[in-house]
Amino acid sequence: MPKHDHDHDHDGHGAHGSALSAVEARVRALETVLTEKGYVDPASLDRIVEAYETRVGPHIGAAAVARAWVDPVFRAALLADASAAIADAGIASHPGDHLIAVENTPSLHNIVVCTLCSCYPWAVLGLPPVWYKSFAYRARAVKEPRRVLAEFGLTLPETTQIRVWDSTAETRYLVLPMRPAATEGWDADRLATLVTRDSMVGTGQVLPPAAAP
Amino acid sequence: MNGVHDMGGMDGFGAVERAPNEPVFHARWEGRVMALHRALGGLQEWNIDIGRYWIELLSPDLYLASSYYARWLARLENLSLARDLVGQAELVAGHANGPGRPVTGRALTEADVGGALIPGSFGRPAPAPARFAIGDRVRARNIHPRTHTRLPRYVRGHVGLIERLHGCHVFPDAVVASGAEDPQWLYTVTFEGATLWGPDSEPGLRISVDAFEPYLDAA
Repeated sequence: MPKHDHDHDHDGHGAHGSALSAVEARVRALETVLTEKGYVDPASLDRIVEAYETRVGPHIGAAAVARAWVDPVFRAALLADASAAIADAGIASHPGDHLIAVENTPSLHNIVVCTLCSCYPWAVLGLPPVWYKSFAYRARAVKEPRRVLAEFGLTLPETTQIRVWDSTAETRYLVLPMRPAATEGWDADRLATLVTRDSMVGTGQVLPPAAAP
Repeated sequence: MNGVHDMGGMDGFGAVERAPNEPVFHARWEGRVMALHRALGGLQEWNIDIGRYWIELLSPDLYLASSYYARWLARLENLSLARDLVGQAELVAGHANGPGRPVTGRALTEADVGGALIPGSFGRPAPAPARFAIGDRVRARNIHPRTHTRLPRYVRGHVGLIERLHGCHVFPDAVVASGAEDPQWLYTVTFEGATLWGPDSEPGLRISVDAFEPYLDAA
């Protein structure tokens, strides 16, 4: 079993003080050589990192889900063509051309995986969490999703069909979870605070109304 | 290729471990590797399919022992060396011995970043009508190419139903094998759990893959 199937940096911190770890030294060497040769502008790297740390994240998908809960026309558009619906609504200017929203119902639960690598709808959910990229998730989500979901704290009745989407091409999937009860009259902004990243991958539920700020 | 990357249905990896409130990057180097990979796309020396293939080309022991971004780092080093963007001696020294070579594209600038983060578009005009329609029964071909493919092993040889039709897309197998986009119809093909896993399937389970037309035969 892999001991390093997560992204912590195990090298060099602590005992060696400020010394660069082996992996940090490799990254620095590669970046320096590529920069000196004119292939890379380090400022562009800063901007890319900043985008994923501060701007591109699951709040984008959450806004689309919440809008779908309050706006039946948008919901229909989202399920017909999520790329166009999200761009047209101004939720994200470029959600990707091949985004597909799949809807949970009381009898059907959707879950998304990429068994071959870790394809994920970056433009609307940000970068994937470590568990999504883990060997265990990639291996098991297609074979024993009920057990995986139970480990996530989501136990579904056997009468609920489970539908697994393996993202093997450039299509990207966004789960539209069910709107929680007791949220009548809420606007989309408030509803969006209940929409978790995991609920849009299909491994979790939305938060209960009491969790809203 | 039948590599360790093709993990669907494997046992033995244990529980899915989750960390609450994990940061986007767990160390600064992870962000640099991700950004380097994205930025080097501007050179047009390789594309997304070739990038995936070079992850698959990592040795199985390295692949399984490495974190996600450690695999990305190994790929970047290997591709940069193979495409003669950098030399081994330069990586060891941590400095360039000379200027870079001419490239197809150009280095990404700060001003380009917004555009570079827009997801790629892989739809292409159809060279021929689609062979299959929604509801058709198809069998995933029993193919085992030694190069890149996006047909996972766990569906090969099995019968499913065409559920969605996505238009014609760039065909990754051809991109890696020959450099040609060779657009092919792309379908969502859905399999019953029991079809794939037999009596060991969980109840009420259906699984789909997105499969290019050359992966499929009528059934």
